Amino acid sequence: MYDSSDIRKNLKILIDGQPWVVVDFQFVKPGKGTAFTRTRIKNMITGAVLDKTFRSGEKLEPAEVEQVSAQYMYHEGDQYWFMDNTSYEQFAVSAAQLGDQAQFLTENLVVNITMFQGQPVGIELPTFIEVQITKCEPGVRGDTATGGTKPATISSGALIQVPFHINEGDWVKVDTRDGRYVERINKR
Amino acid sequence: MRDQGSFRQTRSRLELRARGLAAVRSFLDAQGSLEVETPLLLRAQAPERHIVAPAVPGAGFLAASPELQMKRLVADGAGPIHQITRSFRGGERGRVHLPEFTIVEWYLPGATYREAMDQTEALVRWVAERLATSGSPPRFDPGVPFERHRIPDLFERLAGWRPGADVDDERFAFDLVDKVEPALPRDRGVLVYDYPASQASLARLCPGDPAYAERFELYLGGLELANGFTELSDAAEQRARFERERAAIAAQGRSPYPLDERFLAALPRLGLCAGVALGFDRLLLALTGLEDIGEVTSFRWEEV
Repeated sequence: MYDSSDIRKNLKILIDGQPWVVVDFQFVKPGKGTAFTRTRIKNMITGAVLDKTFRSGEKLEPAEVEQVSAQYMYHEGDQYWFMDNTSYEQFAVSAAQLGDQAQFLTENLVVNITMFQGQPVGIELPTFIEVQITKCEPGVRGDTATGGTKPATISSGALIQVPFHINEGDWVKVDTRDGRYVERINKR
Repeated sequence: MRDQGSFRQTRSRLELRARGLAAVRSFLDAQGSLEVETPLLLRAQAPERHIVAPAVPGAGFLAASPELQMKRLVADGAGPIHQITRSFRGGERGRVHLPEFTIVEWYLPGATYREAMDQTEALVRWVAERLATSGSPPRFDPGVPFERHRIPDLFERLAGWRPGADVDDERFAFDLVDKVEPALPRDRGVLVYDYPASQASLARLCPGDPAYAERFELYLGGLELANGFTELSDAAEQRARFERERAAIAAQGRSPYPLDERFLAALPRLGLCAGVALGFDRLLLALTGLEDIGEVTSFRWEEV
């Protein structure tokens, strides 16, 4: 059992049989009143976000979730198929569970899958991925120093901002937390 | 090593505080209030069940509030007084809580909480205007009058029930934090007043309706910024409330502070008087829109 004082970002708790993850929390205490922890929690299955206040000393049930390493294979409609790297078992994660993460998935990408009661409920992407630019306007010569950007589509599907000197076919490193361009890389 | 950028940040943080302090002082000076100092190291403390004054072994306690000492000064004929000082609260650290913080506290002899509310609103607008003209744009328009709501009406509307005199302490605090505070407007000041009698240990009860006490709080940008009331000056009633709080503290397994007999002896001479305590660090936080109270102090608590 957790106590309200254990509340941290990413803590996974069970409420009414559903796994929730803490996305934000704050210590609150009226000047003359007792202390509480105000949280924003996300349902790990439905993705629903909820504000919930816990009393000081309130007990929280841990959600027993495990992480398994898996490789992304392909998607079919809104089902994204992965293969467990150890058991070679295949399973699907829905587009709703993936949210914005789906646009950073490329074939064979290794991710961590969060499992709850044997069911996948979400994935954790590597922080950086290496992807190819599939579509962007041609580079502008002599404009590398101004720091300007232009939109570009990457092979996993996401639309990101890249510097002017990047061209179609280039390989780039992208931060999956915010879709930020990091650098161009040499890859054959 | 700190780079040029963080030097600039340090300097602008210190300038913000200095300008804020100067603005508070100029406002209270202009009201004819006298700046005073009272001890930070105390032998007795107003007992409040949810406030812990840190103990100093062999010496007493660090002040959780300058309240009792300032009221003794008023009772002894000091007239309108204010101070900008530090207060200490054990176990409080969060995005908007510090275990040591700067408090602006002032007293208005002859006034009730009504005048104190007006003056609190005027002070906050004054400081907001001064900070705006010196480069930090205010997060709200100081020209917009503050909203005012009675606590029972606000609870009825936002929490679906009307707290009475003997409200359940925890239920009241929970719904305040969970339902009422998040629903308050953030772009203007909100004064809430008339708390259930049990939620005001040092305030006078409303003369026409003793279920409620003449206590108010100011919210700005969603932050609880100031607490004020018409002071209770009935020593017997004050003693009874202190004893109730001491019993509640003992029930938590803490040892209650000694009763401040000098305060209780001075209380009948206080007469009609209103007092306000305002969290200075939070005022800066609300006016700048910064996220963490550590961003407006000279050092973060974790760096001390």
